[in-house]
Amino acid sequence: MATRVGPSSALDTLDTFPKLLLHHAKARGDRPAIREKDLGIWQTWTWKRFADEVRALACGLAEQGLKRGDHLALVCDNRPRLYAMLCATQCLGAVPVALYQDSAAAEMTFPIQNAEITHALAEDQEQVDKLLEILPQCPKLRHIYYDDPRGMRHYKQPELMAYERLIELGRASFRRDPAFIEGEIAKGVADDPAAMFFTSGTTGVPKGVVLTHHALIDRSRAAAEFEGLTDRDVVLAYLPPAWIGQNIFSYAQPFVTGYCICCPESAETVMVDMREIGPSYYFAPPRVLENLLTQVSIRMEDAGAVKRWLYRVFMNLAQRVGGALLDGQSVGPLDRLLYAIGDFIIYAPLRNVLGMGRVRVAYTAGEAIGPDLFKFYRSIGINLKQLYGSTETSVFVCIQPNGQVKADTVGPAVPGVELKFTPQRELLIRSPGLFKEYYKNPQATLEAKDAEGWFRTGDAGYVDPDGHLKIIDRVKDVGALADGTLFAPKYLENKLKFFPYIQEAVAFGDKREEVCAFINIDMEAVGNWAERRNMPYSGYVDLATRDEVNELLRECVEKVNADLAQEPELANSQIHRFLTLHKALDADDEELTRTRKVRRGFIAEKYATLIDALYSGKESVHIEAKVRYEDGRTGSISADLKIRGAKTFPPAAAKKAA
Amino acid sequence: MSVALHQHPRAHPVGEVLLSVENVSLSFGGVNALTDVSFDVREHEVRAIIGPNGAGKSSMLNVLNGVYHPQKGTIRLRGKSFHDMVSHEAAAMGIARTFQNIALFKGMTVLDNILTGRNLKMRSNFLQQALWWGPARREELVHRHAVEEVIDFLEIQHVRKTPVGRLPYGLQKRVELARALAAEPKILLLDEPMAGMNLEEKQDMCRFILDVNDHYGTTIVLIEHDMGVVMDISDRVVVLDYGRKIGDGTPEEIRGNQAVIDAYLGVTH
Repeated sequence: MATRVGPSSALDTLDTFPKLLLHHAKARGDRPAIREKDLGIWQTWTWKRFADEVRALACGLAEQGLKRGDHLALVCDNRPRLYAMLCATQCLGAVPVALYQDSAAAEMTFPIQNAEITHALAEDQEQVDKLLEILPQCPKLRHIYYDDPRGMRHYKQPELMAYERLIELGRASFRRDPAFIEGEIAKGVADDPAAMFFTSGTTGVPKGVVLTHHALIDRSRAAAEFEGLTDRDVVLAYLPPAWIGQNIFSYAQPFVTGYCICCPESAETVMVDMREIGPSYYFAPPRVLENLLTQVSIRMEDAGAVKRWLYRVFMNLAQRVGGALLDGQSVGPLDRLLYAIGDFIIYAPLRNVLGMGRVRVAYTAGEAIGPDLFKFYRSIGINLKQLYGSTETSVFVCIQPNGQVKADTVGPAVPGVELKFTPQRELLIRSPGLFKEYYKNPQATLEAKDAEGWFRTGDAGYVDPDGHLKIIDRVKDVGALADGTLFAPKYLENKLKFFPYIQEAVAFGDKREEVCAFINIDMEAVGNWAERRNMPYSGYVDLATRDEVNELLRECVEKVNADLAQEPELANSQIHRFLTLHKALDADDEELTRTRKVRRGFIAEKYATLIDALYSGKESVHIEAKVRYEDGRTGSISADLKIRGAKTFPPAAAKKAA
Repeated sequence: MSVALHQHPRAHPVGEVLLSVENVSLSFGGVNALTDVSFDVREHEVRAIIGPNGAGKSSMLNVLNGVYHPQKGTIRLRGKSFHDMVSHEAAAMGIARTFQNIALFKGMTVLDNILTGRNLKMRSNFLQQALWWGPARREELVHRHAVEEVIDFLEIQHVRKTPVGRLPYGLQKRVELARALAAEPKILLLDEPMAGMNLEEKQDMCRFILDVNDHYGTTIVLIEHDMGVVMDISDRVVVLDYGRKIGDGTPEEIRGNQAVIDAYLGVTH
């Protein structure tokens, strides 16, 4: 590590994000850093403009009393100003904490109290209202800045200040003392905390994961080198900034390589914006990819007969040879020719519609992805790859290398990462990207990270003969049926969820005789299916309780069973009975985490009566349930849910039935 | 539904009488649509016209808009009276409107539809526009900017380039409001802006109407069936029944007005 002689040499080490920013402002000052669509036109901030904004903002924050070690909350969508605020906070040695914008006010209380947050940036009136609501419980929160002044004219609270006003203060201060901010930046060192992320926590209270500049920069650089990213790459910043991945792809990696990120106009315009921008580097959780495929399938079902036929023929071809072509394996000349024709008339236009025409590297992670879904994207020529990582590891642990992509593994370890396993198959990781600590929670830190620096992931898996990591399930979720055979609920749920009609599924079976499941219909896909059959329905509940729909779902479940029957270890996990839930599982009802993972324990408790009904052999069960709306009000719905049995297959007979 | 209107001091306090209707009577053949109706609309206020079916509400709006010409009575805008005003003159004087059954160009995009609202403000001639040359080009930039501000204000960025015919009903209503707003009107006439909407769409629409009034200071005259909506967002309400005015006052006064209760509201609550 370089010894610090003076500010100038300290600034040259590039070991913190603010120093990287100053470097880019010098090295590629006129290259685009951030684009945002405003009033229908893409506006660009160059790196130089970005650095100017950050300097002024940091001076403003210093004037407002933000000090080294303080925490600043960001409750804001992807905007250039969010990223400027993030960096400005880091300039002063304070720590930015992004929170999910769709959280209810009460959910924000814990992080704000826990991190003793003193300053916050709120996007608009809605977020300001939430912060003001919890202000009495959070006495340390003294300053709330807001980006969008719309509707804010009447607010007279002394805590509030417009972003514009803050930056004006900062500009004046910068003019008085231009050296101050560079001095502050020079004080920053690699091991300072750079950001804090609250983990969604499928169980218990959230934990604040503290990551240092070193961890984030090291992993970002390793992955960027692995993929050969350059400052010519373009990324669409569309996922919640409170999620570590968004920070990596839209902040840490652009700061390392100098590429440009683009902020969509609003959440509804993401598809259109993506087509206009044509990102070259893309990340999407499986859920987003699934929604895109569902939309494509629905639109194809509505297309004319000739188009449908063409689509079917060429998609079959793509399924057969597309992945192999992408991996550079040998494919016969006739298939090559046909694929080239297909590329011209189907695949390229499809990639264009999806906004992926220029994608060079695409990642998916967060949850296991259905193999068919994964193959779909690869078969039409999109280099979609899986990666493995978590907040605690600064994301990058394993990445599938180009040309060696297997649907059921997440690839070998990224350079710098070591993997090992406990006897219970739990994965342990040692990496330069590991988190520093859980904030103010030494107990949890100790449990997660041992003295030698091994981090317990909680995931069960193994490394296959090619050195690729394969994850089966969460260690705590892997259970056993009453007869002792393996029960991996997530594995079953993922299989169910691959059907477009099933949005979410929860499988039960640990210590039981047989497996049963809850199913959530996909409103869009099933609604469309019903419409095409001229089947009237009044809404979600009605549709979900229809006999025809349940019959459709039964077919899906039976296909999964037929599949399972072929896997000797899991043949006993076939789903015997299921019911369709009357409402979509929702993060607002605490059934899913904010990153939309199923909270198994909570659901089992909340719907205990339904589970009992599933196992008692009843034909139907009545439910009355509370629902919570986004604004925090509650209402109730009731429905009679029908319970269906599904055919199961003896392992030998499976092939015929499928 | 709770949309609180005057929680805060208004940016544009209700001012002088802007538009007054004096003893207006309108008949079609033997049918008296309006009989001797008088009321006024003050600057920056939200004024509702309510009444049972066939009470003459839409006729009243059409009179204000210059579509119908009353046989008797006067309409004054800022004290100046108008006879036989035609609708494009009304538009030129700053009166814009939306329609009960949406009147948009279904095959055109949202953006183009809203741009038509700027028509009266275009100064360059047909040839210049066709060639997109000189002043026409500069002018279009200004108009596009104005339209984008309205799109941003009403939060319809995601459908900017979608043909209107493909949009759901609630959004089409919003696009119609956007087109009317693009004309930067002094007075906005809304003919049942919330008809056929679900609760959520109604709440959105209420918020937008109040935002328009608050932000641009636009005077709003609206016809509405939904009593809850009317009582929540209006400053003053006129009640018509069989073409006659039977009540006029604040929502509270209207709630307590026996004639209105008998004709329309049922019981107070």
